[in-house]
Amino acid sequence: MTEQSRIDIRSVTKLYGAVRAVNDVDLTIDGGAYCCMIGPSGCGKTTLLRMIAGHETPTSGTISIGGEDMTTVRTGSRGTALMFQNYALFPHLSLTDNVAFSLRVNGVAASERRDKAREMLDRVQLLHLADRVPSELSGGQQQRVALARALITNPKVLLLDEPLSALDEFLRLRMRVELKRLQNQLGITFIHVTHTQPEAIALADQVVVMDHGVVEQAASPRTIYNRPHSPYVARFMGGQNVLTGTVQSAGAEGTVVESKDGNLYDLPPIEGAKPGDTANFSVRRDRIQISDTKGDGRNCTEGTVVNIEYQGTFVKLALETGTREEFIVYLDDDAYYAAPKAVGDKVHASWAPKVNHILVGANNSTGTPYED
Amino acid sequence: MSQSTTNRRGAAFYLLATFFALFVIFLYGPMLMIFILSFQGPTGGLTFPMRGVSTHWFHDLWTSSRYGDLGGAFRRSLVLGGLSLAITAVVCLFAGLAFRRRFWGAGPIFYLSIVSLVVPGILLGLGISQLFQLLGLRLAWWLSGLGAHLSWTLPFGLLIMFAVLNRFDGSWEEAARDAGASPRQVLSYVTVPILFPGLIAVALFGFTLSYDEMPRSLLTVGAKNTLPIEISNMTTNVTTPALYAIGTVTSAVSFLVIATAFITIAIVQKRRARAKGKSA
Repeated sequence: MTEQSRIDIRSVTKLYGAVRAVNDVDLTIDGGAYCCMIGPSGCGKTTLLRMIAGHETPTSGTISIGGEDMTTVRTGSRGTALMFQNYALFPHLSLTDNVAFSLRVNGVAASERRDKAREMLDRVQLLHLADRVPSELSGGQQQRVALARALITNPKVLLLDEPLSALDEFLRLRMRVELKRLQNQLGITFIHVTHTQPEAIALADQVVVMDHGVVEQAASPRTIYNRPHSPYVARFMGGQNVLTGTVQSAGAEGTVVESKDGNLYDLPPIEGAKPGDTANFSVRRDRIQISDTKGDGRNCTEGTVVNIEYQGTFVKLALETGTREEFIVYLDDDAYYAAPKAVGDKVHASWAPKVNHILVGANNSTGTPYED
Repeated sequence: MSQSTTNRRGAAFYLLATFFALFVIFLYGPMLMIFILSFQGPTGGLTFPMRGVSTHWFHDLWTSSRYGDLGGAFRRSLVLGGLSLAITAVVCLFAGLAFRRRFWGAGPIFYLSIVSLVVPGILLGLGISQLFQLLGLRLAWWLSGLGAHLSWTLPFGLLIMFAVLNRFDGSWEEAARDAGASPRQVLSYVTVPILFPGLIAVALFGFTLSYDEMPRSLLTVGAKNTLPIEISNMTTNVTTPALYAIGTVTSAVSFLVIATAFITIAIVQKRRARAKGKSA
């Protein structure tokens, strides 16, 4: 199963007029993986998904599914099924006929396809509504019908275009669990387009972060979160502070970087770095301590508290440090309330050298930083 | 408290209600007058009072030869309306679907088709008759007449089709393709069934616009008249309530067509409901 549902995207470009919606993308999605494509709107994630589904044709490049070139194969005969963002259920057909649609176009006899459709509706716990039409259903129910309609074709790859965006918060979390469970049961490849970071991190085996038609980073959610490739990925996925400095000394034992305000940072070795180069690095927000006194001037920063948010399990402190970005610190709530701060207080933040993570990638755009 | 204040009606309400009543009288009064007068007694005239009630003038229509080829004109108008209905529905469906894409020349083609709505009908008819003469073709109601009517019903139908398609979600067709449907299956299983009520509206306009079209018909139908021309002629030389009788009959046909359309929609929906019931 896994080999059959592997997807290889090779040098795929999609042009809309002069606009490069997808720009020379290379990507391999393992068979049976849960892959989340994430990025701000207009980053090309949906276009890429639609090209895999066959609703768009790449301007150049190839897309293979299970090792077979599917670049120009007709939609509906490439082993994929797409679940649409608005579900696109047929308003004139009952749920049974909606789910049975692909069997109908493939010439399956009426009684047989109805039986199969009802079986599938039973799987998504909607058998009791089999004779209703979609407009009589709630959003969550419509989504399950859309899922049943996509799965009845026994696809090798299920493509989901922002499947949870139309649901309220409560349903979203529940459907998230159901999707993951379903994928485990079926063992087929799921490709899920989203713009919600926690969704991607929670569901995916592989997260694909995109920006301006380019794949910025494709890796496991842990790698994406802990070792972002570029300042953009660090900002977009959240949980990190992005800092910039000038290389002071570089060597095999490590790199020392100086920030504008004179603090020094001990970074791992950077290949090919020379004194005077600019270096970007990130610091996880929950690996930072604060104190009222200045330390040794290494791996630290100082700033004024501009916002304090209690988040239940932790406290989120926003510092104004004289850069364009706020410096965010997540503090253990017990530790914080032992010595609470007020807006306007000046505080010193410091962290262990090993927390510094070098951002190799050049993409320094702000994306849409996710702040929670 | 707030109830009583909202329930009290101001002067504006009575003013607008009066205006509305006048409007309704103006709209339906004349029609009603003609319906009533068409049942005038055999000795009655074109105006009130009624001298008895009878269906004399309806019989007179069918039996008397004073009214020329009224039956023939009626038949021709029905056939012409039917042809307009069918052609308008089919052409506007596909034209509407095509215009969803910005194909090359879409703008000019759209404006060209709308121009014939703006051009005075009588001039258009004159042009068609001149063109036929130039080409050495003979004017006939089913050819030049049909063409003249289509110049009126097609752009109208297209505009309605645009409104209908406005509420049509293209992802339905994509979902059908995704399930493996061929273009023909997408059209017959998804696009047409979903658009069906709108298509009936387009077809209805195709019929009614053709059925009572006069200016475009005058110079294009050739030797044999359609009903509106025939009735128009009658107004100048018939001085009996038979004139009203024909008015009642043609109105009844119009209502019949509309009723048929509604019944068709109801039957389709019932059949769908039955299909739903069967699968239960």
